Amino acid sequence: MAGPTIDALSQFRLTTGLGPIGRVVNFTNSNEMMLVAVAIIIVLFSVGLRTRSVVPGRLQSLVETLYEFVYGMCIDNIGEEGRKFFPLVFTIFIFILLGNLLGLFPYFFAYTSGIVVTLTMALFVFLFTTGVGFYVHGFRFLKFFVPDGVPGWLLPLLVPIEIISYLSRPVSLSVRLFANMTAGHVMLEVFAGFMILLTASLGVFGAVASIIPLGLNVALIALELLVACLQAYVFAVLTCLYLHDAVHMH
Amino acid sequence: MDLSAPLLAKDIGAGLATIGVAGAGVGIGNLFGAFVSAVGRNPAARDRMFRDVLLGFALTEAVALYALVIALVILFT
Repeated sequence: MAGPTIDALSQFRLTTGLGPIGRVVNFTNSNEMMLVAVAIIIVLFSVGLRTRSVVPGRLQSLVETLYEFVYGMCIDNIGEEGRKFFPLVFTIFIFILLGNLLGLFPYFFAYTSGIVVTLTMALFVFLFTTGVGFYVHGFRFLKFFVPDGVPGWLLPLLVPIEIISYLSRPVSLSVRLFANMTAGHVMLEVFAGFMILLTASLGVFGAVASIIPLGLNVALIALELLVACLQAYVFAVLTCLYLHDAVHMH
Repeated sequence: MDLSAPLLAKDIGAGLATIGVAGAGVGIGNLFGAFVSAVGRNPAARDRMFRDVLLGFALTEAVALYALVIALVILFT
């Protein structure tokens, strides 16, 4: 096929950053974006909380809204013990949120669109919740896999199902975030590619007609903004629910 | 354009893999249909219900994206 084609996946290629030093230690553009996100978080919180006025300004109320939102989520989903796990949930939430939002800017890399990053976070959450379960309940935590009020002859069938569904948690948690971000960026790229294809094949008429994919792309950016916030929320809520399971056993 | 049989089978397989999205369509339709009828019965609870709807929406949409990931894996590996 002659002329330009749509290359939707090359945007996820990892390149090394920071010059020769980065090449030696495999410091990628994904890591660069993580550092940018962490820097933004630190600056946002230290600047936002410098003046602790009773009537908050814009920046302070942004920080306080984020804090109270996640705090309420922890208490609602885990219960009173949620206060102990609040720092973890808040860190996960804001790290994913920043990653998703930064990825929406042109030429920026969304580190949450790498399965390595999301799987690392999901595995950490999985191992941590399992550890909390064993820490709180000891070996009685294994009763988690035995549903209450089930006739005994069904147990050989149900216990493996419970174990499999428990073990599939990190997979679904990581693939959900990864697939959402990847699919969103591929969709944006495909519609942007339509504009180039139209112009290349139809000339001036194509350039005028490409206003349709441009408009669609604007709408898609709005959708991706929603998805970016929603997926960070979903990841944090599911972390809370898993912690609830570990602390309360059902 | 290359018309060899394995490549064509790859394309057909990727197309078939996207059928799974139909299930997510049914699921999201169900979700918002139930939400609309619930709001019709009890409009005061709209905001509290909408949070759960968003969670359900994200979980259902993810199922569609699993199908998409499989299609991409078929196409590009």
